[in-house]
Amino acid sequence: MDGLRRFWFGFKVGAWLGWQIESNWTDPFLFAVYSVIKPLAAAAILVVMYAVVSRNAFEHPLFTYIYLGNAFYMYVGGVLQGVSWAVVEDREHYRTLRYVYITPVSFMAYLLGRGLARFVITTIAVLVLLASGVLFLHLRLDWAAVNWPLFLAGLFLGVTMLAFMGLMLAGVLMLTVHHSWFVGEAVGGALFLFSGAIFPLEVLPQWLRPVGYALPITYWLELLRRTLVGSTARAFPTFAHLETPELFALLAAMTAGVMLLGGVVFTACERYARRAGLVDRVTNY
Amino acid sequence: MDRQDWAIRTERLRRVYKVREPGRKGELVALDDVNLTVYRGELFGLLGPNGAGKTTLIKILTTLLAPTSGRAWVLGIDVMEAPHRIRPRINMVSGGETSGYGLLTVRENLWMFAQFYGIPSPVAHRRIRSLLEQMNMLDRMHTKLSDLSTGLRQKMNIARGFLTDPEVLFLDEPTLGLDVAAARDVRRMIRTWMAAHPGRTVLLTTHYMHEAEELCDRVAIIHGGRILACDTPTNLKRRLQREAIFQIRTGPMNGLNPQTLERLPGVRRILYRVTPTGVRLDCYLEDEAALGPLISTLTEHRVRLEALEKREPTLEDVFVHMVGHGLDEGEGTHAG
Ligand SMILES: Nc1ncnc2c1ncn2[C@@H]1O[C@H](COP(=O)(O)OP(=O)(O)OP(=O)(O)O)[C@@H](O)[C@H]1O
Ligand SMILES: [Mg+2]
Repeated sequence: MDGLRRFWFGFKVGAWLGWQIESNWTDPFLFAVYSVIKPLAAAAILVVMYAVVSRNAFEHPLFTYIYLGNAFYMYVGGVLQGVSWAVVEDREHYRTLRYVYITPVSFMAYLLGRGLARFVITTIAVLVLLASGVLFLHLRLDWAAVNWPLFLAGLFLGVTMLAFMGLMLAGVLMLTVHHSWFVGEAVGGALFLFSGAIFPLEVLPQWLRPVGYALPITYWLELLRRTLVGSTARAFPTFAHLETPELFALLAAMTAGVMLLGGVVFTACERYARRAGLVDRVTNY
Repeated sequence: MDRQDWAIRTERLRRVYKVREPGRKGELVALDDVNLTVYRGELFGLLGPNGAGKTTLIKILTTLLAPTSGRAWVLGIDVMEAPHRIRPRINMVSGGETSGYGLLTVRENLWMFAQFYGIPSPVAHRRIRSLLEQMNMLDRMHTKLSDLSTGLRQKMNIARGFLTDPEVLFLDEPTLGLDVAAARDVRRMIRTWMAAHPGRTVLLTTHYMHEAEELCDRVAIIHGGRILACDTPTNLKRRLQREAIFQIRTGPMNGLNPQTLERLPGVRRILYRVTPTGVRLDCYLEDEAALGPLISTLTEHRVRLEALEKREPTLEDVFVHMVGHGLDEGEGTHAG
């Protein structure tokens, strides 16, 4: 198999398996609860908090800012978790890691494929969230005014960036001894406040802001908001000095950087795991 | 034989594990100076007790683990230099574990692994059907793995090994934990496959002597990370030809220490086992003349003799001869 085929087969089979696992709900009702109602409930909490603090100022642009930021931030936990978690799941639960590892496909591509299913399921949740916002909460989203090509390009860039961040985590998980449950979600949660998801970075204390400016996620969320609600998003100070194309270019550059770093980190971890005898360590004990 | 005929080759292979348990820091030498050549078309057995290093060797050869030093080649390719060129041409199954995706059916599990190797679906499905048939589990094809017994899951995994038609197949204790019938299915499967695919190589580890003796063209005896001997079962046994091996069944030993028997002239080693009906002594003698004094000593201690049988050396006897104890027992069992 040449490099491209090794990548494609790994990705394809990983995606197929990921979907089988993610959608394996004998009860469709449970599936709905997990993938849609749970995120809706989380958003509802945020909305209620906003309503109390702002005295129901749903017309204020800040609401749109928060609502969209929160909705798209779901991709962070979902994709990070989806890509990295496959390592632990295959190793500890299905006990297949060693067999998958010695197949001809690229293990990296396989993990990226495994994450794809989570992306799809998160997309369902995001769509439901956006629709509920428009229908019930006066979310200022004018479908006709959305810059679709830029939105889709931005979404693709961001998800790719998240997938490679997930690979870095996957690499680390290959080296960890303890069952590190839900590390993807945890990392996602930790970065939530620094990424401008629910408030502009200016709200953070001065010394914490650089964290936000260094995170590609911040640029990504801002870009998505701009492509969806244009001027409303530009009213916020964080990246006001940047034109949308500049923002896009920055995000593209950062994504390229993350991809490179993710590939290097993952490969290094994998190589170390093979040296240290950690690839399938769990089956020995 | 020249290089073209090597399926597996190792040179001064060594693997050291770092032990990081509390109170027991240090290094553990799992493989030491292993030099091995397996030829194409061979069914090669690695025979050794727990912890001998069998799995470690298989992991290195299947590109799961890096050697600490030394080199290893599979199909002429260095395992460290180009693992991706080895992987499409090999496969591996470990017995005694029930890996697989429980939420998928047997057929889906197997089909998925075939996909990793780029095997077209129609070919994969044809092979799956035929393998399951040979494994006597065709009726379970559409059963979810989570609903299978552990034995059947293990059989499915063995089918997975053959599915990709590997040039070299590694089987790590394939019959471990299987019942007699299932183990027989697996052994028959291995033989059938080897017969149908000349030029394919199987490296199999086991600690069942009869399995190695029945299946393998050549056997390496591995102990403490070292290869002690490597030859055909017949040649290995021939090394013991000059020894006389007697099996004596007796009643209770009445305080007679087997070590006393070992000190008799001409007695090499006595293996002592308590059986449900009494005691079984395997006596390795330099020649038959040593038997007389041995029997006298037993009768002097009023040990009741029940049966006496001279037998041909088995692979197990070779193992005892080299390692100093039986495969299924720890050090010192022979002393009672
Ligand atoms: N990842 C590891 N870290 C530390 N020590 C290890 C590791 N894997 C194996 N060992 C040790 O290396 C030695 C050889 O182990 P290995 O699994 O290769 O033996 P084996 O011949 O396959 O034994 P068994 O019959 O029990 O499967 C053992 O002492 C084992 O405890
Ligand atoms: Mg083993």
